[in-house]
Amino acid sequence: MHMADALISPVVGGAMWVVTAGVAAYSIGKIKNDLDDKKIPLMGVMGAFVFTAQMINFAIPATGSSGHLGGGLLLSIILGPYAGFLTMASILAIQALFFADGGLLALGCNIFNLGFFTCFIAYPLIYKQIMRKGYSQSRMFSAAILAAVIGLQLGSLSVVLETLFSGKTELPFSTFLLLMQPIHLAIGVVEGLITAAVVGFVWKVCTEIIEKASPGEALGSISMKKVLSGLIVVALFTGAILSWFTSSYPDGLEWSMFKTAGVDELESVGRVHETLGDMQEKIAFLPDYGFKASESWDKIESGQQEEAWPAVSTGTSISGVVGGLMTLILAGIIGMGIRVIKRRGNAGTA
Amino acid sequence: MIHHIIEVKNLHYIYPDERKALNSVSFRIVHGDSVGIVGANGAGKTTLLMLLAGAFFPSQGEVIVGGVPVVKKNLPLIRQKIGMLFQNPDDQLFMTTVYDDVAFGPRNYKLDGQEVEKRVSQALAMVGIEHLQNRAPYKLSGGEKRAAAIATILSMTPDILVMDEPSAALDPRSRRGLITLLNGFAHTKIIASHDLDLVFELCDRTIVLKDGEVISDGPTATILTDMALIEQSGLEAPLSLQNCPVCRARKESL
Amino acid sequence: MQVLLKGKLGGAKAPPQIFREQIAVFRRSGYVFLWGLVLHMKDIMKSLYNIRLLDELAEKQTVVHSIHPLAKLLTTMIYLIVVVSFGKYEVAGLLPLIFYPVIIIALAEIPLLPILKRMLLVAPFALGIGAFNPIFDNATMFVLGGFRLSGGWVSFFSITIKLFLALMGTLTLIVTTGMDRLAAALRMLRVPRIFVLQLLLTYRYISLLMEEVARTMQAYSLRAPFHHGVQPGVWGSLAGNLFLRTLQRAQSVYQAMVQRGFIGEYNTGYDSRMTINDTLYLCGWVVFFLTVRFYNIPVFIGSLVTGVGK
Repeated sequence: MHMADALISPVVGGAMWVVTAGVAAYSIGKIKNDLDDKKIPLMGVMGAFVFTAQMINFAIPATGSSGHLGGGLLLSIILGPYAGFLTMASILAIQALFFADGGLLALGCNIFNLGFFTCFIAYPLIYKQIMRKGYSQSRMFSAAILAAVIGLQLGSLSVVLETLFSGKTELPFSTFLLLMQPIHLAIGVVEGLITAAVVGFVWKVCTEIIEKASPGEALGSISMKKVLSGLIVVALFTGAILSWFTSSYPDGLEWSMFKTAGVDELESVGRVHETLGDMQEKIAFLPDYGFKASESWDKIESGQQEEAWPAVSTGTSISGVVGGLMTLILAGIIGMGIRVIKRRGNAGTA
Repeated sequence: MIHHIIEVKNLHYIYPDERKALNSVSFRIVHGDSVGIVGANGAGKTTLLMLLAGAFFPSQGEVIVGGVPVVKKNLPLIRQKIGMLFQNPDDQLFMTTVYDDVAFGPRNYKLDGQEVEKRVSQALAMVGIEHLQNRAPYKLSGGEKRAAAIATILSMTPDILVMDEPSAALDPRSRRGLITLLNGFAHTKIIASHDLDLVFELCDRTIVLKDGEVISDGPTATILTDMALIEQSGLEAPLSLQNCPVCRARKESL
Repeated sequence: MQVLLKGKLGGAKAPPQIFREQIAVFRRSGYVFLWGLVLHMKDIMKSLYNIRLLDELAEKQTVVHSIHPLAKLLTTMIYLIVVVSFGKYEVAGLLPLIFYPVIIIALAEIPLLPILKRMLLVAPFALGIGAFNPIFDNATMFVLGGFRLSGGWVSFFSITIKLFLALMGTLTLIVTTGMDRLAAALRMLRVPRIFVLQLLLTYRYISLLMEEVARTMQAYSLRAPFHHGVQPGVWGSLAGNLFLRTLQRAQSVYQAMVQRGFIGEYNTGYDSRMTINDTLYLCGWVVFFLTVRFYNIPVFIGSLVTGVGK
């Protein structure tokens, strides 16, 4: 479920890079504060462990397909969420570089999809909440499976949203969602089982490894809120700025154009630009968001390409704002989810 | 030369699982000594070395290196004096190239670029692997890895070399190369090994550990020829001191 | 170690009723998992081979290799942004961008086959998603002679080309730069030391661990006849043991690091500045990318040809 460079737009890719860099910087700050420098080699070597474990494909029963271990949950159980997130980031970076798995532009998306949701949502809000009552084999199993499933569901939802907002695919939202979520449900269960098996084994052999990692790393609800709101602002801002700057040449994704070389339509060298302009057909406003019917196939003015750079085009900025809004909505869902779960957790302990 | 003296006083170490690893170990090693530490698996050799280098701290007793007790606040000083070679060179070569690995220590001490370069090339030259400096560690042979690991320590210019099984997993020729190399070093050396032939060739003095206790301490020639002692400590006499397997003739005594 | 190997997840006591169901699920997935492991053991070695090949290629000494890593990293990022910034129905305008990887690969003496193979392996996801476009986007976009091409097909081609270009761009970066110099470039971009060091450590130990996993799997498959399946719970201990060995290794590595004065900081040695050549390299490519982005060169050439033809 790695996002590929070819499927994203610069705006989505850039915004997710900024968001991911923000989370990473926050995590680095966090681990620097209570730095136990023992953790650095542990992160490095655990990263290699998960990287290797990811090479193993897990067949999903009765479907004939296979998925692989994400490892985010395992890493946060062992290293805590911050170090876990950073380790995930370097694993994905190496994959992008050496296996071209995902790609460098989509790296921000991938780190967010596979790292953020598991380390900052699934682990603290699900796994740890369930495990709060103390360790037992069955509790750990259900906690790991539930956390892995939810982490992956959010991750794949994020893949769907990022792809759709990039506008390179024609897949309708609902179809894409129906395609992705059930597959990732299965992958999530498998991931949960593997994580639980490793944690269970390690617990039996040397309990202190797991115990050490869990306490003292609780994410306070305040800082979490701060992080999320910060992220939303940053995402909105970069989305808007980026699309503003890309507005002088029509941004690939939100403002798609038809520019295929139609040799017979060209008349003379001198009129290349004009011809280009004639050929450019603007696809309906935000085609993938379901507005297609309401907008007709307007033609782009032939002069648009020569617009002064960077021209502030309200139209283009809209796409940035929409990208930001998407993050806002996503973050809103997450924020509400956190609240609900937190409240339940508090009610449980009170 | 007080700064090269290692004193170990009544050292005890108990593992977190309550197993006793060392039990009142005491000895004193002076400058230029070359000391072998021998004993069967689990005798406490590695633990002892770790305590010398300050990787763990004793449950009781103390280690003093060059007049400085090995306690947490003195570690930066101790680490400059003692260079430790690990059993597995892969644990020690953690960077992506040999050069970066050897430079890791000097760079941590914030030496300037030229000094780092000088130290690295000196260290590489000492072990004779200048040509491998841009290689990735996984591309080295066992012997080369060992040499590279030694270079990473030498670049820190330690006075004392502490080695854990330096000849483990080396082929005969690499092992011979290692012995020649180590023989050429003027450092104080402490070598823990099962390879009694290596100890025999490199060390003037040998300490025998058994179940965490020193059962013998003396000149290597005396200790390694004491068959009863060797037997008792769970080891086997060095091959060079055993009877010839073909003609059964007894080797000439040294 | 023997204690470790004996460890089973079931334990000695009979598990409670509720738990039994979980174990059954667990057991079944255990089989699946191990099947996966055994079947993919070869893949691990393949991947390892691939990493090492790229590493070796990065050691070559060519013009491209000698360019400053920061210049190459920036060029690559700009290239990727330009590639994906093309509209979804653009095909022709994209094509000149292929000059970049082609020229680099040629200059850096990189064998094409392994790179292409790699690309085939990662292509399915993006192409799979792209393949829906022809289904959902039927509107005729383009008529050439009697042949009708729907927008879906055009956008699918566009995705395919972008995928190809992006993969080439990324792989050429690592193949001409190598991980250590790339890490130095990251430091120059003010990426925190901790992260860079951790990245390098992960990279370093991947090689070692992959070998270890492959050996473990070999040992496993030698003792486990396939058709009888695998002992339930073994995979927990199998992966768990690997994990514990990894943990021990991490501790040793930490010891090796602190011994050499490590105090949580990492200092790269590589601090050479970009020379005029490096700057020219960067600027030259950026100018090229932007030209391609703003002027549809294939269309221009096409019109030139047809213009002359008339």
